[in-house]
Amino acid sequence: MTASAEATASKTVSVRDIYLPPERKKVAGGGVPHVSAKNFSIYYGEFEAVKKVSADIPSKYVTAIIGPSGCGKSTFLRSINRMNDLIPNSHTTGSLMFDGQDVYSKFTDEVLLRKKIGMVFQKPNPFPKSIFDNIAYGPRLHGIRDRKTLADIVEKSLRKAALWDEVCDRLDKNALGMSGGQQQRLCFARTLAVEPEILLLDEPTSALDPRATAKIEDLIQELRGSYTIMIVTHNMQQASRVSDNTMFFYEGTLVEFAPTAQLFTNPKNSMTEDYITGRFS
Amino acid sequence: MNLGTRKLLDRSFTALGISSIVIMGLMLLVVLVPIVSNGIGAIVFKSTIEHRKMLYHEFNRGDKADLQREIASSDASRKEIYRMLDTFDAELSKMDETRQQEYREKFEQVKNSLRALLGPIPGDEEPALARLKYGQTRWEKAEEKLHELLFEKKWDYSNPDEMAKEYEVSRSASFEGTSLVRLFPYVEKNIDRLLQPEWTFYWGFITDSSVDAHFFGGIWPEIQGTLFLAVGAMLFAFPLGVIGAIYFTEYARDGFLTSLLRSANSTLAGVPSIVFGLFGLTFFINTLKVSESKSVLAGSLTLAIMILPTIIRSSEEAILAVPKTYKEASLGLGSTKWNTIIKVILPAALPGILTGGVLSLGRAAGETAPIIFTAAVSVGSAIGLADVLSSPTPALSWNIYNLASEHEAAAEIRHVQYGMVLALMTIVTLLNMSAIVLRARISKKLKG
Repeated sequence: MTASAEATASKTVSVRDIYLPPERKKVAGGGVPHVSAKNFSIYYGEFEAVKKVSADIPSKYVTAIIGPSGCGKSTFLRSINRMNDLIPNSHTTGSLMFDGQDVYSKFTDEVLLRKKIGMVFQKPNPFPKSIFDNIAYGPRLHGIRDRKTLADIVEKSLRKAALWDEVCDRLDKNALGMSGGQQQRLCFARTLAVEPEILLLDEPTSALDPRATAKIEDLIQELRGSYTIMIVTHNMQQASRVSDNTMFFYEGTLVEFAPTAQLFTNPKNSMTEDYITGRFS
Repeated sequence: MNLGTRKLLDRSFTALGISSIVIMGLMLLVVLVPIVSNGIGAIVFKSTIEHRKMLYHEFNRGDKADLQREIASSDASRKEIYRMLDTFDAELSKMDETRQQEYREKFEQVKNSLRALLGPIPGDEEPALARLKYGQTRWEKAEEKLHELLFEKKWDYSNPDEMAKEYEVSRSASFEGTSLVRLFPYVEKNIDRLLQPEWTFYWGFITDSSVDAHFFGGIWPEIQGTLFLAVGAMLFAFPLGVIGAIYFTEYARDGFLTSLLRSANSTLAGVPSIVFGLFGLTFFINTLKVSESKSVLAGSLTLAIMILPTIIRSSEEAILAVPKTYKEASLGLGSTKWNTIIKVILPAALPGILTGGVLSLGRAAGETAPIIFTAAVSVGSAIGLADVLSSPTPALSWNIYNLASEHEAAAEIRHVQYGMVLALMTIVTLLNMSAIVLRARISKKLKG
């Protein structure tokens, strides 16, 4: 199994092979790779958690990352905005480019990088502050002090996250008083408030009930086309519902990267087929 | 193990646990009840006219007209006593040599007892010490002194094989046949009019300076000194401790040096406080010369060093308890590490940090050993805020020890000792309570 996985991975999956339905191509304006990995590996100490991944993530499309637990999909996602820096003893080899810039170059300002590459986490993690302050946190960090401008940003972000109507009359209430689904959409709004180019979603619905999940999926549909979105998910229906392209990881290697419709209906790799048909998980 | 045995074991353990807690509670009661009841006695007690005279003369407090009326009524009764003394004096000079000598000594004892009870006898020289200017200010002490006037203590050495026994002889018996014999029943009968006892609430015990080494007056210099020392210690230790905790949790890399620092911190937390006292003396006063000799500044610095490890540890734990997701969220929004610490981590850790801080404040307020060498004096008046850099101060913890063991008349001022203990316990309890309240309020605010 592992041997065949490596064999597959050694072939570079090119973004040009996987381009999407032509009508979406027009929306996205071509398909310049937004993030581009080449022989990119991530190590935790000696352990190679992501092995020599090469892939181009197209701009303004939704890319889903699926695979069994511990396959390195979250690690890969978190490496894109260098959240893995928080883990001691982690390091990378190969290259990971964002907008033509080396993410792991020592000249890269990871603070600026994270402003451009926003992230929404598995568990809703609003700050223990008011709803307003949660969303204004990012803009304030980046120097916006004017109350009126902040209020505009808050409203705009909450509208984008489809949360405005629910919370517009209690912006000063503590965010921890909201329901789990609302909290997660607040986290979306908070991330959108700093106007990122890429949204990294790390299993954003795994802690939510089905109704809240549906709302988040609707939200992703709303945002597609405006942002490059990458979503790690355990839920294959979700991947097929929301994504344009899908990456399948297995034991740290990128096994298959293809348009979602193709990957789910006609996987090239037998392991992908085994996984999506539920033969292992 | 079968079910019956298991249940039996569970029950017996429950009983054991409850009984140990009950024993602890009882012991606490044994300690607390006398402290509280006697300590309250320092503030609420039956005061005599001498107390009111003292207040008027030393603190210029009280109603002059009322006091004069009281003094007049008391003096009316006292005059009789002093007349009896004069009569006996005249009688004494007519006696023959041997009887004169025998009575003169006893007469002096009687006069001294009367001085202790009622204050100076007319014709005495004006005493220099305040303690000799007034009679007994507290009714229960006055009753003791009355007993000493009425009965003479003697020791029975008759049996050389046993320890001497104490016994009492009525003084009126020893003056049988003289004119003075009338004095004793007179004083006993008129003691109420002589001293005019009434219940008082003496709030001045907390706010007054002491008069003549705590014979009269209050304990404000000690309370103020304790507050100065504790707050001063916090001014140094709290910022340093929080910064140290931030370094340990956010900046230090796991390595040999960090683990060395950590264990050094834990070791410091366990160093006996007297060692910190000596350290403060040699380092802050002798080496750095922060002040000529003992001062509030040196004491605060010493206390700060002592509580620093505790503050670091509790702040560290509070910071580590902040969910990692907050940090991720903040960094993910493009926040710098420093901003994340200031805006997200510290506010969320604040309840824990403050609790640790206030508990340390309580500890600093109660510590004795570190301030013996660096800040505390036994007797002194309250110092001004400007003097903290150079002046030593009395402080509750040290003066409790001092009054109970080294004061020249420790037995005369038990109420002050208990009052100080109660004051210190109240301060520490209030600080701890405020820590609890503060924590609850901030946590509530954070939870929304």
